[in-house]
Amino acid sequence: MPEVERPDFARGDRVRIIDLAKPGHVRTPMYVRGKLGVIDRYCGRFENPEERAYGHIGGTRIPLYRVRVMQRDLWPDYQGSNGDSLVLEIYQHWLKPA
Amino acid sequence: MHTDDADHAHDHHHGHTHQHTHGPHPTREDDDVALTQGEAKFLALKSLLIEKGVLTADEIRRRHEINDRGTPHQGARMVAKAWVDPAFKARMLQDGKAAAVELGIAVTEAELMVIENTPDCHNLIVCTLCSCYPRSLLGEPPAWYVSKAYRSRAVREPRKVLREFGLSFPDAVEIRVHDSNADLRYIVLPMRPAGTDHLSEAALAALVSRDCLVGTALPGQI
Repeated sequence: MPEVERPDFARGDRVRIIDLAKPGHVRTPMYVRGKLGVIDRYCGRFENPEERAYGHIGGTRIPLYRVRVMQRDLWPDYQGSNGDSLVLEIYQHWLKPA
Repeated sequence: MHTDDADHAHDHHHGHTHQHTHGPHPTREDDDVALTQGEAKFLALKSLLIEKGVLTADEIRRRHEINDRGTPHQGARMVAKAWVDPAFKARMLQDGKAAAVELGIAVTEAELMVIENTPDCHNLIVCTLCSCYPRSLLGEPPAWYVSKAYRSRAVREPRKVLREFGLSFPDAVEIRVHDSNADLRYIVLPMRPAGTDHLSEAALAALVSRDCLVGTALPGQI
């Protein structure tokens, strides 16, 4: 994967967390795959854990974001307030514009 | 009460059924069971590293001690400082790790993010994928934090989990769950309790328990 100079997304952008169905040490939990969210914060670039876990230390650094998802969008039967939300960290290649 | 994980349930049951034979002292099961594959691999690797002269046993022991330096009190100190020093608080919200360094606390995790509770939003930290936790700052996480029950339920039914910890919030207050699933580590900056204007920074720090820093308690509820 080429080094990304500038992040593709900015705070407030609507995104969909995609399901790459990739095996191994991935950091995108199953429960958010396919869900819609909003970029809360760009966190900088980090080495890809999907490579690091297999000894590729010092590899390409990729953009990481905090993505905010509304609980109602995560769980249709969510028991709580409509304003409740969840924020988690997603690497750029798991996101597409929405 | 804090947890419904298996260990706790077991201890509880154990205490009741065997109290008459063990006396008042709680006992812990001996760990003289067969090694798991991972434990065996770990011990073999450790022996090899020592045998080959790559590491010494003392270096490994020292590393354990360094790992154990974290304590919730360090997080409490950061919170108390933020309560009395708005400029420090602003820096801490910008860069938690740098703020810790200002207080002489070394955070070894890549990044520490401080999440502020407000009258409109209460924050709760969880790591659903494993047990990520700012260990260098706070020490080892509590058993319930790493339990599957907490890790799965905190994102699915956070209000119910919070009620089990003794916290309930009106619907107007947003419950915001933070899944510590990748490179950042988190602590919650709780709101300063009312009626604490007269307290010193040290006395304020004493109000902040470990659970306040995870979001499962409020200051002064120890």
